[in-house]
Amino acid sequence: MKVGILALQGDFIEHQAMLLRLGAETVEVRLPQHLDGLDALIIPGGESTTIGKLAETYGLMEPLRQFGEQHAIWGTCAGAIFLSKDARRPQPLLGIMDIMVMRNAFGRQVDSFEVDLDTPFLPASNGHQKTFHAVFIRAPLIESVWGSARSLAALPNGRIVAARQGRLLATSFHPELTGDDRFHRYFLEMAK
Amino acid sequence: MEQETATFAVKKGLAQMLKGGVIMDVVTSEHARIAEDAGAVAVMALERVPADIRADGGVARMSDPELILKIMDAVTIPVMAKCRIGHMVEAQILEALGVDYIDESEVLTPADETYHIYKHPFKIPFVCGARNLGEALRRLGEGAAMIRTKGEAGTGDVVEAVRHARVIMGEIRRLQNLPEEEVMTVAKEWGAPYEGLLEVRSLGRLPVVNFAAGGIATPADAALMMQLGMDGVFVGSGIFKSGDPARRAAAIVKAVTHYQDAALLAEISRNLGEPMVGRAVSSIPAEELTAGRGW
Repeated sequence: MKVGILALQGDFIEHQAMLLRLGAETVEVRLPQHLDGLDALIIPGGESTTIGKLAETYGLMEPLRQFGEQHAIWGTCAGAIFLSKDARRPQPLLGIMDIMVMRNAFGRQVDSFEVDLDTPFLPASNGHQKTFHAVFIRAPLIESVWGSARSLAALPNGRIVAARQGRLLATSFHPELTGDDRFHRYFLEMAK
Repeated sequence: MEQETATFAVKKGLAQMLKGGVIMDVVTSEHARIAEDAGAVAVMALERVPADIRADGGVARMSDPELILKIMDAVTIPVMAKCRIGHMVEAQILEALGVDYIDESEVLTPADETYHIYKHPFKIPFVCGARNLGEALRRLGEGAAMIRTKGEAGTGDVVEAVRHARVIMGEIRRLQNLPEEEVMTVAKEWGAPYEGLLEVRSLGRLPVVNFAAGGIATPADAALMMQLGMDGVFVGSGIFKSGDPARRAAAIVKAVTHYQDAALLAEISRNLGEPMVGRAVSSIPAEELTAGRGW
């Protein structure tokens, strides 16, 4: 499987390391022609305003939307914002997932946190419960899902932090910052 | 498990999100918006850019909290602010303001000529400057979650940033080739914590993000620092001391993304107006240089 990682800005190398560990081939995507021949794409964490601006400048918006009609795309944090239809402020968005996100929903960096999420859709690891240790950094919340999007994981208070719509996946947190590759495995399964 | 805040993973993690990006010095909320619109991943809020600090002389201190708060209100991207080396109370004040990163910076006049701040207990992560691997690892030992080269701020001359990047990357490469029995003596020679050296030796890189800073003035400078292995770029005086800050800021952002694509860099570098005038580091008297501040 050949997986592209949008490498305009952000923690794309962390995603790359995780995918290489799982035996996938990776390609850094900075221009539209880099999408040719890819099976799936990851949009990493970073600053969504920066990623959006660079994607617009280099003509990636339409090609990415078209790619998403045929292939799996996963956005982590900034990537999830970029996939959304609505981020409640004007900034470039792909607008291909039926989700509304709120940026910096938990506050500033001082409020960034780690927590265990219930993730019954992932296999249990090493006999542990079906939870996933999630790292949230100036993270967005998925305020609502509609249409064919559905909530995949939520905080104990019910706020949505992961959503799926067909072969599109959005997470508010960063599995690429952990040593746990189950989310990446889940995505590669989705992309098959 | 309960939610845990201010862990080292989230401190270091924010810097990981800034990689491949440009952090810009801004002195007003108007500048901050220009920086955000140009695609900056974060801004550094300060009263004077380093070129002006250099020109004005006098004691350079933490900025007025009022200014920092206005800048925090103006943008959605992370806001960093500087405190003086060793000035833990300035750092506590910046933490109380809720800035996203604190730069314990040699650009300001040091408050302590022997010790840096003990950074572990702070909830806000710190970035610190370094000229070599030993200095970087001493700062990490004190709790910094991000490193940048010192370069020579406010000059528009990239030569010191290049020197520091070359030294750090070169020392990492040398370390990886050392047999184990030589590491302790190198720790003594470099003034580097031994455990930190072992970690770098096994990772083949610093365990935290390492940006370039100090003298970057053009898209080509920024791309050069990326090709030397830096994770991203701070631009201080280089943007708002140039003829067309918005244009130059956007160009430097693009150059950091496309740092390996010379054809695009040529396009990006066209018609940017006057760069900052700059001052060759070799023409500056030794006592006016800032990179030597830090212990």
